[in-house]
Amino acid sequence: MLLSPYPTTGERIRITLLWLWCGMVILFLLVPILIPVPLSFNSGAFFIFPLEGISTRWYEVVLGTQRWQAAIGNSLIVAFGTTLIATILGTLTAIALSDEKFPGRRIVMPLLLSPLIVPVVITAVGSYLFYARVGLASTYAGIILAHTALASPFVVVTVGASLTGFDRNLMRAAAISGARPITSFFRVMLPLILPGVLSGAAFAFVTSFDEVVVVQFLASANQRTMPLEMFIGLREKLSPAITAAATLMMALSIVLLVVANLLARRGKQRPRID
Amino acid sequence: MSALEPTKLDRPRASRDWSAADSGTAKSVAAALRRADLGDRLRSLALAAPLLVLLALSFGIPIILLLSRAVYDPTIANALPQTSQALRGWNGTGLPDDAAFLALAADLRSNQAKGTAYELAKSLNARLPGARSQVLKTVRQLEAAERPPLEVMKAVPFWSAPSTWPVIESGTHSVTSFYLLSALDLRWNADGGIERVPPEQAIFVQVFMRTFFVAAAVTLATLILGFPLAYLIASVPKGLAAILIVAVLLPFWTSILVRTAAWTVLLQKFGLVNDLLLWLGVADDRLDLMYSRIGLIIAMTHIQLPFTLLPIYSVMRTIQPSQMKAAYSLGAKPFTAFRRVYLPQVFPGVMAGCLLTFILCLGYYITPALIGGASDQLISNFIASYVNVELNWEMAAALSFILLVFTLALFGIFARILGLDRLKLV
Repeated sequence: MLLSPYPTTGERIRITLLWLWCGMVILFLLVPILIPVPLSFNSGAFFIFPLEGISTRWYEVVLGTQRWQAAIGNSLIVAFGTTLIATILGTLTAIALSDEKFPGRRIVMPLLLSPLIVPVVITAVGSYLFYARVGLASTYAGIILAHTALASPFVVVTVGASLTGFDRNLMRAAAISGARPITSFFRVMLPLILPGVLSGAAFAFVTSFDEVVVVQFLASANQRTMPLEMFIGLREKLSPAITAAATLMMALSIVLLVVANLLARRGKQRPRID
Repeated sequence: MSALEPTKLDRPRASRDWSAADSGTAKSVAAALRRADLGDRLRSLALAAPLLVLLALSFGIPIILLLSRAVYDPTIANALPQTSQALRGWNGTGLPDDAAFLALAADLRSNQAKGTAYELAKSLNARLPGARSQVLKTVRQLEAAERPPLEVMKAVPFWSAPSTWPVIESGTHSVTSFYLLSALDLRWNADGGIERVPPEQAIFVQVFMRTFFVAAAVTLATLILGFPLAYLIASVPKGLAAILIVAVLLPFWTSILVRTAAWTVLLQKFGLVNDLLLWLGVADDRLDLMYSRIGLIIAMTHIQLPFTLLPIYSVMRTIQPSQMKAAYSLGAKPFTAFRRVYLPQVFPGVMAGCLLTFILCLGYYITPALIGGASDQLISNFIASYVNVELNWEMAAALSFILLVFTLALFGIFARILGLDRLKLV
C-alpha cells in the first residue's frame, strides 16, 4: 500500500526513511515503559545494566512489607468503591442521555466531561478545601467521591457508545409484553449493553487505581494508596522497589484496559435488530 | 405526530393518558401527548439526576468554592471591624486620622484576645510582604500596655508608611481583585490604575510563559514524532497496523505516574539515556538530565505522544489512497500532492491532536514535580505549593482561576472549530 507498483528511487528512499523514523518513534514509545520490568527483577540495589542477577526480592518488598500492603489495600478499597458508584450512576446517566428527549443534552454532556478537562490540581485543591469543611477530608468516602467525578465520564462515554447500537424498540416490545420498566432493563437492555458497562467499569477502576494527585491532597497517612506511596518514594529515595510497584501497576492497568477495549468493541459491533 | 407512534405506547402512563383522551377532543389528545412527553423527559432527567447531583457536590461546588477564594477574602474585614468603620470617611491618600489608628489598635487587641492575631498577620502579609512580623510586634507592645495605644501605633514606622493604609483599606472590602491581579504580576497603583509590580516581585507571568513554552515544545515534539507514525499505521495492511497501534496504546494505557517513574530511572546520570548519548557520540560527558527542562520535555513528550497521534490517525484512516494516486497521475509531484491533497484533509485531526496535547500540558503536575528542577515547575506545581507550603489559599485560588480560564478558552476553541466528538480522552 505504501509503495506504488513501480517505485522510483526517490520513493524507495522516502519510504525507507519513513520506516526508520517510525522505528525510532516506536522504540521511544516502548522502551521507557518496558525498562522498569527487567530492573524490578534485579538482585542489586541500583538501576544500572547489566543486571547483577535475577531475584524477586523487590516484589517481596512490595507485596510483603506492611507499608506497601496497606497501600495496596487502600488502593483496592478506593478503586472498588469508585467503580461501583461510577458504574451504576454513569450507566443510568448514559441511558438517560441516549434518549433523544433528554432536555439540554448539549449542555449536560460537556458538564459531564468537565472533570477530564479541568486540570487535576484544581480539582484536588478544590476538593481539599470543600471536603475539609464538610468533614470528608482524610476519609475513604471523600477520596471515593472525588475519584467518582474523575471516573464517571469514562463510564458515560463507553456505555453511551454501546447504547448507540441498542435498539429501543426492544424496550417497547418488552413493555407491550407486560414487563415493568425495571424488569425490561434487567432482562432486555442490561444483557445487551453489558460489554459497554463492564468496559466502563474497567476504565473507572483504572482511573481510580492510577490517580495520585487528588489522593495526595485528600488522604491522611493511613490512606496512602499505591500510587501515592510511589510518588513519595520517588521524591525521597529511588529504590528498586518502585520499579516492582510500577511493573505491577502497569500490568494491572494494561490487562484491564485491553479487556475494556475488547469489550467496548464488542459492545459497539453488535448488529442492530430491525 | 400520530398518537399511534410506538414511542407513546411503551409506557403505561402514556397509554393511560391516551385512553383517557380517547373520549375527549383532539385538543385533549394533544394535551395528553404533551403530558406523556413531559413525563418521558422528567423520567430521563431523573435517571441522570443522581450522577449530576453527585458531580455537583464532589466536583462543582469544590471548584466554585476554590475560585471564589480568589476574589472573596473576608479575613481582614472580619478581623478589623472597628478599623473598617473608621476608614469609611478616609479619602485614601496620605495617612488616616488618629481615630483610625486607635480603631486598629483596638481591633488588634481584640484579635489577640480571640487568638486570631496570627491569622490576621498572615492575611495582611499575603498582600503586604513583611506585614506579619510588624503586626505581631505591635500586638505584643499593645498587650504590654506600657504606653497609650496611639503612641504605640505611631512608634512603629510600619503603620505610618504610605503603602500600609491603602492595603488595610482594600482588605476591609471582602471582595478583592488583589489576588487575581497578583497572579498576573499586576497591582493597583496609588492613582487607582493598574500597573506591573516591580520586576523583583514578579513571578507568575514568567511561570505562565514557562508553562506555555513547555506545552508548545511538547506539542511540537509529539507532532514531529507522531505524524509520520500515524501516516505509516494508516497506510500499512490491517494486521501490521494492529501491531503498530498496540505500540502506541501500551504507553497510553500506562499511568502518568508509572511512566514518570520510568523516566526518572532512564534520565539518571548513569541511566540509559546518558549511555545512549555517549555511545552515539552526541555528548562528551554524562549530562544532568534529571531536574532539567530538557528531561521534563522528553518525558512529557513520551506521555503525550499518543494523545497527539490518535486523533491524527483516526482522520488519516478515512482518507482514500486513490486520491493521492489521482494527484500523481495528474502530474503532481509527491510533495505537491501531499501538501494540496493530503494535508488539508488531515488538518482537523492534526489540530485536534495538537490542541488536546497543548491543553493537557498546561495542567501537568506530577511530571514537573518529579523530573523538573526548581526552575521547571509549571503553574500547577505553584498552585499545589501555595496550598501545601505557603498555606495561601487565595493565591492558589487566583492562579487556579487564571489557569482554568486559559484551559476552558482553549477547549471552547476546540469545541467550536472541531466539535466535541473529536475529543478522544477515552
